[in-house]
Amino acid sequence: MTNSTDPARQRWSASDILRRIRAGTAPLRQSFGISLSTLGHRTQAAFAHYLDSGYDPGAPSQDRRGDEGIVVRNLSVRYGARYAFEGLTGEFLPASLTAVFGPNGAGKSSLLKALAGIVRPATGDIACAALARHRLAYLPQQDELDRGFPITVAELVALGDWRNFGSVREPPPRLAEDVFEAIAAVGLTSIADRQIDELSVGQFQRALFARLLLQDADVILLDEPFASLDEKTTADLLQFPRRWQGEGRTVIAVLHDLDCVRRHFPSTLLLARAPIAWGETSVSLSADNLARAQEALVPLNSARIGRVA
Amino acid sequence: MIGQLIGSLIGPFETFGFMRIALVACVALALSNGPIGTLLIIRRESLEGNVLSHAVMPGAALGFLYAGYSLAVLTLGGLLTGLAVAGLTALTARSRLQRQDSPLIVFYLVSLSFGVLVVAARGSQTDLMHVLFGTVLAVDVKALLLIAGVSSVTMLMVATFYRPLLVESFDPAFLRAVGGGGGAFRAIFITLVVLNLVASFQAFGTLLVIGPMLLPAAAARCWTNKVWPMIVLATIVGMVSAVAGLLASYYANLPSGPAIVVNAGVIYGLSLLAAGRIRLQPNRLEGK
Repeated sequence: MTNSTDPARQRWSASDILRRIRAGTAPLRQSFGISLSTLGHRTQAAFAHYLDSGYDPGAPSQDRRGDEGIVVRNLSVRYGARYAFEGLTGEFLPASLTAVFGPNGAGKSSLLKALAGIVRPATGDIACAALARHRLAYLPQQDELDRGFPITVAELVALGDWRNFGSVREPPPRLAEDVFEAIAAVGLTSIADRQIDELSVGQFQRALFARLLLQDADVILLDEPFASLDEKTTADLLQFPRRWQGEGRTVIAVLHDLDCVRRHFPSTLLLARAPIAWGETSVSLSADNLARAQEALVPLNSARIGRVA
Repeated sequence: MIGQLIGSLIGPFETFGFMRIALVACVALALSNGPIGTLLIIRRESLEGNVLSHAVMPGAALGFLYAGYSLAVLTLGGLLTGLAVAGLTALTARSRLQRQDSPLIVFYLVSLSFGVLVVAARGSQTDLMHVLFGTVLAVDVKALLLIAGVSSVTMLMVATFYRPLLVESFDPAFLRAVGGGGGAFRAIFITLVVLNLVASFQAFGTLLVIGPMLLPAAAARCWTNKVWPMIVLATIVGMVSAVAGLLASYYANLPSGPAIVVNAGVIYGLSLLAAGRIRLQPNRLEGK
């Protein structure tokens, strides 16, 4: 043990200690045929791969934007014995703006979670290059985040720039400016330094949208982005999905408001534990299809009520 | 007068080696319990931390059964069962917000009882008391090295991975999406918790070990809304309660572990009262 030596007797400099460690481990390293520098490189590579794969500074890769959609084949998600949804096959086209619509318990959020890589599909597969490159952003439902967590609006938004600082590095100097811009874009400038537990539901959602702005992802998944928001906030935030689509990003949003879907979303996936319709919104949301979606969940719901109540 | 006071504060540590070792051990533990306890509190995983502290017990008890009071075997046993249980809960728990409390409680009672049965099978009542409540004053140099080592590793890890550890506590789905390692940091954090529990097991025993970890952090949470000051404050509270507890146990002839925990509890209670008065003023609620 080099460090337990009486410090009064002998003081070692850092380089001394390093030299001794090198000398001491030499036989071990030689027997495995690994030099110290390759060991260092390997540790570094392992660190980058397992703990910091999101560090990817530099200009955003806009050249690939616009030709990246998501293709799913026979996709199902299951919790225990119950399927959240099953048998979904199709494609979210590149640079499309798709609403996922359906009754409660239809598996909409589960679909989004599967696309985001948060739950593992029971069957089928998902082809999404953006996910592998960490250029996919996911906005969870509000109640999935702990609003009591000690973090300010500015800090929360700054996290969106993750690829420029990763797990351990110093953030770039222009981060403060970018954060300020994003916060201004969602209209929170006056409360940038507040803790998130002091925000209203609408303000918190605005902050999460600012984080999305900074994240600059190619695929953006929104789970109930406008649920329980007032009209003003909804109107303000509704401009973003449109704008993102115009910039060539693929946007998928789970929504509850039929009017909102019809007015703002060109294509719709109608889901009721199985796909009912997928395509142009006016076609997908025909009265006939909506009735079929309701029916698909009726047996399940009545059985539930019978057992619980 | 003041000289006398200072003398009586320093005297016990000057005179007795075991008091000095206990002091250093408690200070080292406070340094790592500060960040770990704060993280547990803001993750709302105090209960999980408590369960893990009892998961250390069966392994340590089995170690005791085979080798008696051997620090190495006790530590290894505790580490093994602690990590095994941590892995198990990580597999079963889907998310913090839909966690299941009752299986955790069942587990904690069963592992505690099992540990007591194992120790009682071979040891005496005193052994049992040691395993349950620890013996801060019996910490020897070997145990002190273990504590100091774990404490150093903990502080280095938290300092290095401060950002991903915090983000993982708040929004794990986001961390995974941006490629920050996701589950890896949860594993690192839980491992650090288990390491700290094992290191302080001898000093505080299975029933109290979570106290010096959680109480100072809970007290610090009353005073500040920012993580970094919370960690510093928790560390200071941990140290103050340790010194006060050791002195109380010296002068009043009390068991030292419980004295330290009670001190931390008193500081927590005062913080709750004082900070509650400040926090409940109406202007703080305006934004809601």
